[in-house]
Amino acid sequence: MSLTIDTHTLEGWHSTMCLIRAFEEEAIDSFRKGRFTGSTHPCIGQEAIAVGAAAALQPTDQVFATYRGHGHAIAKGADPKRLMAELLCKVTGCSGGRGGSMHLCDIERDFWGTNAIVAAHIPIAGGMAMANKLRKNNKVTVVYFGDGASCEGAFFETLNMAALWKVPLVLVCENNGYAISVPTHKAIPNADVVQRAQGFALAGVCVDGNDPVAVNQGVAEAVHRARQGDGPTLVECKTTRWERHSAISAGKYDDEEEAMKWKTVDPIPRFETVLREQGISQETLDQHRDEAKRVIADAIAFAESSAAPSPESVADFVFA
Amino acid sequence: MSERQLTMAMAINEAIGNEMRRNKELILLGQDIGPYGGTFGVYRGLYDEFGEDRVKDGPLCEAATTGFGVGLALAGMPTIVEIEFIDFMTLASDALCNQAAKMRYFFGGQVQIPLVVRTPIVNRLGLGAQHSQSLEAWLMHVPGLRVMVPSNATDAKGLMLSAIRDGNPCVFIEHVRLYGQKAPVPEADVPIELGKLRVAREGKDISLITYSGMVKPCLDAAEALAAEGVDCEVLDLRTLAPLDREGIWSSVRKTGRAVIAHEAVKTAGVGAEIGQTIMEGAFDYLQAPVVRVASRDLPIPTGTLQNLVFPDTADVVQAVKEVMQ
Repeated sequence: MSLTIDTHTLEGWHSTMCLIRAFEEEAIDSFRKGRFTGSTHPCIGQEAIAVGAAAALQPTDQVFATYRGHGHAIAKGADPKRLMAELLCKVTGCSGGRGGSMHLCDIERDFWGTNAIVAAHIPIAGGMAMANKLRKNNKVTVVYFGDGASCEGAFFETLNMAALWKVPLVLVCENNGYAISVPTHKAIPNADVVQRAQGFALAGVCVDGNDPVAVNQGVAEAVHRARQGDGPTLVECKTTRWERHSAISAGKYDDEEEAMKWKTVDPIPRFETVLREQGISQETLDQHRDEAKRVIADAIAFAESSAAPSPESVADFVFA
Repeated sequence: MSERQLTMAMAINEAIGNEMRRNKELILLGQDIGPYGGTFGVYRGLYDEFGEDRVKDGPLCEAATTGFGVGLALAGMPTIVEIEFIDFMTLASDALCNQAAKMRYFFGGQVQIPLVVRTPIVNRLGLGAQHSQSLEAWLMHVPGLRVMVPSNATDAKGLMLSAIRDGNPCVFIEHVRLYGQKAPVPEADVPIELGKLRVAREGKDISLITYSGMVKPCLDAAEALAAEGVDCEVLDLRTLAPLDREGIWSSVRKTGRAVIAHEAVKTAGVGAEIGQTIMEGAFDYLQAPVVRVASRDLPIPTGTLQNLVFPDTADVVQAVKEVMQ
């Protein structure tokens, strides 16, 4: 396999994938240890999408993500310390400690937050893209969501409006095969989510979501199309969800064995095989993992040592 | 010199038009708002003046329309979304209640949502159960939303200016019966402070607390009762969120009696909130139990049956007499 992407860039992608993995492992561990309540929705196994897609963007392009969006925040450049502090509901958190795991943001880096109502952020991203078009600022808006969201009305309504008005929006569907416990074959009549694009007259592409290079290519083309003024694209990334829906999800799956089988297709070792073929040493790859663990150890230490928001601040920030 | 009179529809139109001239980024979004001028004509002329980029006529999809409005507002472009009947607010409610109302809070004050959702109450026209409701209590129940309920053209202009300039998610509830009613409207753009009720009629015996479509029936009731020697004070709340609790207490402490009147159904309505507000700040002054005048707890029927559901002037008069006994 020959790649046109330089090895330095590829190393960076690997490094970020390791960082996301380490962050999510720590998040699960911290939740189990009772460092925070609520829940956490790991994106373990889906790191290739966050990293491949973010690499196709300019820093000023806007991103909207879901509650399974810790990886998207990291890939957009958010500080893991402030993200971890938000999970632990500390005042140093990226949302001041009142949003929690499902409401991360980094507005300075144009990461417009994670959202906990499935598909509700899709039209909001559409509106931001519309603002880009009206202002002629050449920015593109990317919105991540899952296969579950592709069954929501807000998704279909946005496809319709975004295609109609040709707003610079890239819709990245992370099809991980499950909406909580419901497998896609029980929820979606189409073989692929991307088939839905055709009915709304917008471009669609389906890529291997466990390969950051494939994701990057698919999203880069979509971003180019959007920036050219040719409207939105639906990019379906086929992936797999390692963990259960969330850290508090306990129900039975139709086929437990099927639900867990993807652990054999972990995108990180798979990408490492490609990187070694490009001449990147195992030692370098190991360094990335070690470095990721060190960064996350610092992040959890920072979060644990931070203070909770003051009781006096509970009513702050309702209105401007 | 006689003051200039405008209908409420014209007053709202003037406020929006003037703000659009002042702020080139203010966008209107909704269905039938282009050449058609809005379902009830409130946007007449705006499409011709500002063009299709700023007066964005769109498809029938309240959820995404409101969601797009939230996104435009997040981007810093103040947006007015039109929901053609308040009954359709159910379709827009996620973008409004779960997103716009909460986003600034859960992101720790780092974002701002300058969004106004305009929507009318359309009742007593025989349009039936899905086009005749008054759903303001649902919206008042959501922390993070402002709710305006003007009863006349004068207040409508000032409150619309405030809603647009407020920079927070506002639901601006209009009333189809009031659109054609004229009142003096200043040419100058003078915003009205949110959370300040208007004493529509001063009186000493009893406070009639109301808003929107029931202000006129309450004023009519007050006139009728004056002939019988009962001096009613009529409070027009103007905004439900923020609610002018001090203004309510001040009046009820003076009169010692209160009747609350609205067109929404009675159970868990705005009247329940105001009644309890009175208990919390004016209980010691009460000389009689507070009484609510409201629609019956029913889906709204059509035809002659609808007249049995909505409250009118006679119901207010009767309630006042009950309280005065």
